[in-house]
Amino acid sequence: MTATTAPPAPPGETTAPGGGKRTRAAARAEGRAAWILALPFCLLFLVFTLWPVVQSLFMSFTDTRSRDLRTPFNVNVIGLENYTRAFADPVFRQAMANTAYFVLVGVPLTLTVALAAAVALNRGISKLRGVFRLGFYTPVITSIVAVAVVWRFLLETDYGLINTALAWVGIDGPNWLGDPNWSMPSLIMMATWRNFGTGMIIFLAGLQSVPWHLHEAAAIDGASAWQRFRHITLPMMRPTILFVSVTTGIGYLQFFEEPYVMTSGGPLNSTISMSMYTYNQFGFGNYGFAASLSYIIFVIVAVVTAIQFRLLREND
Amino acid sequence: MLGSRKQQYWLYGVLAVALVAVIAPFVWMVLGSFKTTGELRQSPPTWWPETATLDNYTQLFARLDFGGYFTNSIVVATAVTAGNLVFCSMLGYALAMLDFRGKRALFVVVMTTLMIPGVVTFVPLFVLVANAGLVDTLPGLFLPFLVSPFGVFLMRQFILGLPRDLVDAGRVDGAGELRIYWRIILPLCGPALATLGILTFLGSWNNFLWPLVVAQTEQSYTLPVALALYSTGQNSTQYGLLLAGATVVVLPVLVVFMIFQRRFIEGIATTGIK
Repeated sequence: MTATTAPPAPPGETTAPGGGKRTRAAARAEGRAAWILALPFCLLFLVFTLWPVVQSLFMSFTDTRSRDLRTPFNVNVIGLENYTRAFADPVFRQAMANTAYFVLVGVPLTLTVALAAAVALNRGISKLRGVFRLGFYTPVITSIVAVAVVWRFLLETDYGLINTALAWVGIDGPNWLGDPNWSMPSLIMMATWRNFGTGMIIFLAGLQSVPWHLHEAAAIDGASAWQRFRHITLPMMRPTILFVSVTTGIGYLQFFEEPYVMTSGGPLNSTISMSMYTYNQFGFGNYGFAASLSYIIFVIVAVVTAIQFRLLREND
Repeated sequence: MLGSRKQQYWLYGVLAVALVAVIAPFVWMVLGSFKTTGELRQSPPTWWPETATLDNYTQLFARLDFGGYFTNSIVVATAVTAGNLVFCSMLGYALAMLDFRGKRALFVVVMTTLMIPGVVTFVPLFVLVANAGLVDTLPGLFLPFLVSPFGVFLMRQFILGLPRDLVDAGRVDGAGELRIYWRIILPLCGPALATLGILTFLGSWNNFLWPLVVAQTEQSYTLPVALALYSTGQNSTQYGLLLAGATVVVLPVLVVFMIFQRRFIEGIATTGIK
């Protein structure tokens, strides 16, 4: 490893004691050392991130299929055909609609739960804060695949824990994952359960910056807890809310494991997501088409992020 | 200014119910892993196992090779973590403390890719790995993840906060930049390295899409891949087995989390990324 074997300091690297002006040779040595330090990262980054990003774009304009791996010269450039095909494809349109559903309901729900938990833990209670914080955060660190397996059982119609609990209060629970109307709400419920902890932790950090004397002053003037939340906490938390909604949105736009494990995209394609459809097309060997789908996701992620910045950054 | 006493009791009640709802799936998972499949299909469901059995675990490790998948997950996550700690801190130091041509451009390029979704690169990445003959091998699983823009960002931010005098003092003593990095800067980066290490290990342990694509036979399955494929494949009706599998995936992470929870939560709060 380059890091352990420092070369002998080249002549000229020594600086005048007291930090005087360094010579040009010293500056050059510094530049060389910097690039030596940067080299391993840059090589790996170039090969495994930058190049694939570019190649993916190129591939999306070709008809590359899995069998072309051995015969790369059979690949034809077909222009925008993959893209027009994607937007004409009823299943991909369904996947886009499903993803929009997941994001538009899931992100606000996750943020609301996270913010409610953070506010409650920040000032509402005096003891056991750490216990609740730890408990609420636990699902975040677990594998989505594992929790999806568990949730599949919890959501079972006849012997699942959730419908059993609902039966106690006299509610006849639906066939969660088997009913096209309930399948997506089920996934959103699970995603919220798994992810609100991250937002909660960030909100808790953000709440520290809301000056408490404002709350006290408002309370003396007779403002209710809700009014104080609405007019003091929310406006001051705006940057934090923006940040959490952006990161949560980016994650949710790419949701994949939940439908893969819990519903296989069904029933009736009601839970197939853009990422899952892309993966399926890749699995069928349609590499060029899959690349174009992945770029569509990329562009959507970038556009949605930009919109969130606009919406939440502008002042009232 | 906490709420009134009555309000507080209410809040404790609501939070306690929420806590039970959040934790219950895990408790049920662990308890369920000791039940027979027959018991898991009973209605109404049981909470405590009626006839506790270790069958699911013996099957998991004897009939299916979960020991092997566990090892694969550990090897991949360790390699990914080590790579990120070393390479990202090297570049982080250079970006924070050194002057060199192309520094700004490099930083901008790396940060721009921070937002690129993983799904964008996986098709050409697979072609690359396939051409290198690395499909279905462990290097194929970890090589693409040895560095991350996020790691660079985290290390650079942390090192920027260290006193510059340290570097100057090292230079006065005649140490080269690499030696300063290794002997002076790195030992001070403990908290940042710990945060990066934990988050990276966890991300790799739970990673799914890429291993699903690359690991094509049982010899290179990681735990999430094995669990997902068994849960959708021929073992999909063996409920006890699947819950035991989920427990094996989740429990090590839970234990590590309980030990390092403070660092975890500080890391999330300061970096904002899980």
